[in-house]
Amino acid sequence: MTAPLTPEPAVSRTNALTVRRLHVGTRRLELVHDVSFSLQPGERVGLIGESGSGKSLTALALMGLLPDGVWARGLVQLAGVDHNLIGASDRRLARIRGNRMAMVFQEPMTALSPLMRVGDQIAETMLLHGSQPNRRAARAAAVDLLAKVRLPDPARAARAYPHQLSGGQRQRVLLAIALANDPDVLICDEPTTALDVTVQAQILDLIVRGVAERDAALLFITHDLAVVATVCERVMVMYGGRIVESGPVETVFTRPRHPYTRGLLQASDLESLADDGRLRTIPGTVPAAGRFPDGCVFRDRCPRADGLCAQLPPWRPVADGGYACWHPEGAEDA
Amino acid sequence: MFLHIVHRTLALVLTLLLASIAVFLFMAVLPGDPARVALGVNATPEAIAALRAEFGTDRPLLVQYLDWVGGLVTGDFGVSYVTRAPIGPQIADRLLVTLWLVGSAMVVAVVVAVPLGILAAVRHRRLSGILLSGLSQVGVAIPNFLAGILLVALFAVRWRLLPSGGWVPPAVDPLGFLQRLILPALALGLVQGAVLTRYVRSAILDVLREDYLRTARAKGLTLSGALRRHGLRNAAIPVVTVLALQLTTLLIGAVVIERVFVIPGLGSLLLDGVANRDLLLVQGVVMVLVLAVLLVNFVVDVLYTVLDPRIGRAVA
Amino acid sequence: MSVSDRVESALGAVARAPTRRAWNPSLVVGGVLVAVVVGAALVSFLWTPYDPTRIDPAARLAGPSTDHLLGTDKFGRDVFSQLLVGARTTIVVGVVAVGVAALLGTPLGILAGMGPRWVGQLVMRLNDLLLAFPALLLAIMFAAVFGPGTLTAMVAIGIATIPAFARLARSGTLQVMSTEYVLAARAAGRSRLAIGLRHVLPNIASLVIVQSSVSFAIAVLAEAALSFLGFGTRPPTPSWGRMLQESQELLHEAPRLAVCSGLAIAIAVLGFNLLGDGLRDRLDPRLEEHR
Repeated sequence: MTAPLTPEPAVSRTNALTVRRLHVGTRRLELVHDVSFSLQPGERVGLIGESGSGKSLTALALMGLLPDGVWARGLVQLAGVDHNLIGASDRRLARIRGNRMAMVFQEPMTALSPLMRVGDQIAETMLLHGSQPNRRAARAAAVDLLAKVRLPDPARAARAYPHQLSGGQRQRVLLAIALANDPDVLICDEPTTALDVTVQAQILDLIVRGVAERDAALLFITHDLAVVATVCERVMVMYGGRIVESGPVETVFTRPRHPYTRGLLQASDLESLADDGRLRTIPGTVPAAGRFPDGCVFRDRCPRADGLCAQLPPWRPVADGGYACWHPEGAEDA
Repeated sequence: MFLHIVHRTLALVLTLLLASIAVFLFMAVLPGDPARVALGVNATPEAIAALRAEFGTDRPLLVQYLDWVGGLVTGDFGVSYVTRAPIGPQIADRLLVTLWLVGSAMVVAVVVAVPLGILAAVRHRRLSGILLSGLSQVGVAIPNFLAGILLVALFAVRWRLLPSGGWVPPAVDPLGFLQRLILPALALGLVQGAVLTRYVRSAILDVLREDYLRTARAKGLTLSGALRRHGLRNAAIPVVTVLALQLTTLLIGAVVIERVFVIPGLGSLLLDGVANRDLLLVQGVVMVLVLAVLLVNFVVDVLYTVLDPRIGRAVA
Repeated sequence: MSVSDRVESALGAVARAPTRRAWNPSLVVGGVLVAVVVGAALVSFLWTPYDPTRIDPAARLAGPSTDHLLGTDKFGRDVFSQLLVGARTTIVVGVVAVGVAALLGTPLGILAGMGPRWVGQLVMRLNDLLLAFPALLLAIMFAAVFGPGTLTAMVAIGIATIPAFARLARSGTLQVMSTEYVLAARAAGRSRLAIGLRHVLPNIASLVIVQSSVSFAIAVLAEAALSFLGFGTRPPTPSWGRMLQESQELLHEAPRLAVCSGLAIAIAVLGFNLLGDGLRDRLDPRLEEHR
């Protein structure tokens, strides 16, 4: 019997979200391979990777919002829901989305319907799932939510149209929408990437408070290691559609096992220089979707690769995480 | 927003004025003297001069133009040089008929296009969607008079279900009126429906790709729910614009359909006028058609401003 | 690149041709249909089975046979020959109308986009005026004044089509003028004419080509309608629209006459429409808004 390739979390009753052997792809290309992880209630987990690693697709697969022509298979279990989210009908998923599980996307400028007032868009999600009895109550609750996300003059903001708000303000609205029905799981896909740095910190703060208040699990997707370090407790590193390393943030960021993780950390470090006096980078570029090498996905960019790497490395669990590499860093000092 | 409407109104009036000048000058180029034509070859110079004075064609062009335009504004289209009958009432009668035709054709077009267009968009990757799209493409290529002829061949000649033409006012014989309205309305409307389907499909496809639709679904709306509540409103804007253009196409298309089905509408009045070289009549009808076209465009422009809160409103 | 862009490119890389779709169904089918029509027109110069204007009372309303491929009409004229020569009219009208519209409208539009603001306003007012006169209406007016005929029809349809090209050229020019490389060129002091030739023309060329195909289809429809009404090509020159009109009274006895001429018109229009769509896909899939 072959060793399992990724961690097999027990489908425990305490997990807020369990993902097992998730694959995402088009008819001819696999874009995400064999992803498994779980989230505990109140836990804040980061998913890092560069563009093209498959992290956004993973998130979309969880929500059942994959674009036309992209399929997913595997198991996604949400606490309190007795069926697999993968393959469930749109109607069933619609009951869960925005209710038990919510998502905030990257681009706030286009995420709101331009023809509807902002307050009504928040109220809509509450009325949809019955968390408010009528329109008037929903509108009032919307104003409350806008106050919670620190929008100045929330009553006036509720009557505004999206084009009258800035990017940061719109993202607050989208956060309000996501948290309106007190979801158990909040997924954020690069929520601050499109925003100014000064606004970023505020939004991150709101997100962390928002999930803390509700004891919700947070899956935070980003390519920015600094953000993960501030926001998350645990982190998963994704490359080429696979999770290559995971563990507590502190452990992974100070003692990375996977060469890719180390490469990422070095590249983010603007102070240390390589031997030739330049900033460190990972050689090569991320291959196009579906064009990752067989065996270890990282092997054509990895300084430690050899013939063994032509085989897919098994997942090696380590304490509260693990990695998939034939030649992990720090192997010498085990 | 108000300023915008004022601006458009001024533009409308200006264009109308320019159009009236263009039409007048154009008809003035027409060779031949209406008085001479009316009296025939054996007319005496005095009779011709007298008639010219009566017609007013002995005055300078500018005066004639001002007189004519002045009359238009008050609804007086003058008296025909050929039939000696006042033109205004003729136009009014015929206009009503054409409006019936165009109105019902518009209804047909919308009823066909909206559901089919949405279907074609939502299923655009599946066979049914592709077939629908192809069908609409073929439909666009069929001239409306061809559709009319084919419909007549089928329903009037072959199966004898409906009359092949003619017209009866609704007040006189409602059933007969309806019977005579169906085929021309279908001929005019189905073809436009095909054109409209393509626009609806395109508008819905655009909306399906938009981020706010994804947000709507992430909120808990099903795909159809999201489309209904958010998509359609947003898709409506380009579709309404196209609808307006369609109205003008229908109006002009009615000219041909009226010929096919022998319907006494504005179009056939125009054609008769041209055949009879009744230039004052032609001028009048053309101005009415031009006014209709410009008015429709104007209304749509204003509607756009009302529908889309992004236009003409101050940004906070 | 957003997620959807990436997925699109992943899908595109597999589902379609490697780069932009080089050969899509619209382009192929449209191209074939157009080629058939153009071919028919060209062939008609060299040979037709019969002289299409030749009257043969003995062979009135004959059905399809080895003698007459598609039969004869009420005067005994060979339908197939009429269709072939009629194709000439169709193509010529389209070429002249679109030519007039493109040659007059495009420079106007470019001028409006590149020149001083008052020029742009003037051109837009002119456009508004022209738009008040749809092609068929203008053609009827022209026919009233100058008498019916192919030339009048072509010129009238061409003039009525100018706004489409002017508008297209103007919006395309405005877009190009606001791109960074043009701003850089202007900052470097290059003359407007130079910028126009070097940057604007190549970029709007694809827009113009697509519009030409679409306008061609519209011109064909307009000419057919005109001929149907009797304001187009005068007898005895064959014209599909007039053939259709003549077939109206014979629906009882010979419906095939209507079908033949009607089908010819539809094929031509469909062909140019599909060609336009296909070219649009090929040249730039993001041209969807320019209809």
